[in-house]
Amino acid sequence: MTRDIYMDHGATTPLKEEVLQEMLPYLKEIHGNPSSLHRFGREPRKALEKARERVASALGAEPEEIYFTSGGTEANNLAIQGVARALASRGRHIITSAVEHHAALDAVEYLGSNGFEVTFLPVDEYGMVDPEEVSSAINDGTILVTIMTANNEVGTLQPVEEIGRICRAKGVYFHTDAVQAIGHIPFNMEQMPIDMLSLSAHKFYGPKGVGALYVRRKTRVHKLQFGGGQERKLRPGTENVAGIVGLGKAIELVTANVEEKSRNLSRLRDRLVEGLLELPDVRLNGHPTRRLPGNVNVSVFYVEGESLLLSLDMKGIAASSGSACTSGSLEPSHVLMAIGLDHQAAQGSLRFTLGEGNTEEEVDYTTEAMREVVERLRKMSSVYKK
Amino acid sequence: MYSEKVMDHFQNPRNAGEMESPDGVGEVGNMKCGDIMKIFIKVEDDLISDIKFLTFGCGAAIASSSVLTEMIKGKTIEEALAVSNKDVADELGGLPAPKMHCSNLAADALHKAIDDYKNKSKST
Repeated sequence: MTRDIYMDHGATTPLKEEVLQEMLPYLKEIHGNPSSLHRFGREPRKALEKARERVASALGAEPEEIYFTSGGTEANNLAIQGVARALASRGRHIITSAVEHHAALDAVEYLGSNGFEVTFLPVDEYGMVDPEEVSSAINDGTILVTIMTANNEVGTLQPVEEIGRICRAKGVYFHTDAVQAIGHIPFNMEQMPIDMLSLSAHKFYGPKGVGALYVRRKTRVHKLQFGGGQERKLRPGTENVAGIVGLGKAIELVTANVEEKSRNLSRLRDRLVEGLLELPDVRLNGHPTRRLPGNVNVSVFYVEGESLLLSLDMKGIAASSGSACTSGSLEPSHVLMAIGLDHQAAQGSLRFTLGEGNTEEEVDYTTEAMREVVERLRKMSSVYKK
Repeated sequence: MYSEKVMDHFQNPRNAGEMESPDGVGEVGNMKCGDIMKIFIKVEDDLISDIKFLTFGCGAAIASSSVLTEMIKGKTIEEALAVSNKDVADELGGLPAPKMHCSNLAADALHKAIDDYKNKSKST
């Protein structure tokens, strides 16, 4: 029997039927440009603003604080490079962590090689940033701190509220990449000391190619691209109306009962962790409790990640890995190296990201499949010590 | 991304496992790139009569080790030395470009095993 077990929700999630249904009219019948004054433009404009309200209400923010983008990558770039451009005359120091997604990390690195001073804060063995270190890294020239809410690889949740409070007390902008966190952690921007937040629809059962940046009122950010006056001049370009409509519906659905859903998903996650840790020579990466409810990241010693992925794929299970072979570069993932894994542990890393639809039965099937696969690969491994 | 032949060798590796008292052993690769291959050979009258492998690595690394053992079994030392990494990749119907230099090391491991065999027979 072939199985179809999707445990790669951290990569992307399937589009929800209700989301698709809301999007469909905007792909065909309702074709107007939201910037047009005539009635063809009015309808998509209304839909756009309704989506904005939905995102705002999901975040506890105001609609005018939501700017639609092409996704999480653009939102991160807009926040980081946009603040750098806006505040370059005031200061040229930016702080981030060693475990950010490349969309943030590389944007900061780029600024670092173009006249800015940058600090990459280390993390502990669980992938956590120490707020004290943020505090002591801030100097008179610091204009921005950007630290992700939840890590995409090992799932570790950062103390963003504490970091945000430090930044606010010192008058420094705080941006967080919340791409992995939406739908798992409740947000209330009215109460949280966060100035900017990035999100991406396809990580929470919305369409690909659309995201948003929350920008607290009066935060100074410059646009990165030039064009028309869309998104209150911060993000020019005719809006991806259907995508934005989908984003609005998806975030409304995913943020409803978020605590309860997270509790249920955590139980499933812990069942998988327990099952995997029963296999010999397997370790859990990331924080044991302060982690995304769907994230399981393990290192399987004596075997390499890609061969694990291929073997699981043949058993109908979709997962991912941070090994050099699968990272698309010649090095294993920067996150796994930053939490102090040696090369062997990084090469044997495996990430399962659970989501809506995964069941206990699937988790148990996966544990059993792993037992077989790991045993088979270890038998032919040149480094396996019995 | 992999050819059917690669997947076949990955799924049903030929001659995988440790060899008892081999005449030559060759190991290449390192943990940093994530591929370590070990080739064991038995030599009788200048012929490679038996060959086995142990590999830590990705699908391409395992498949190239496996297909190499099929290509080499029964060949003379001279013939075996003429087999290159590229020949191994060709035998598999090609490998994805990024895998060509990091995981396609089986012939190197074999050549090292032959060196080891030659050194041992010199010293005895």
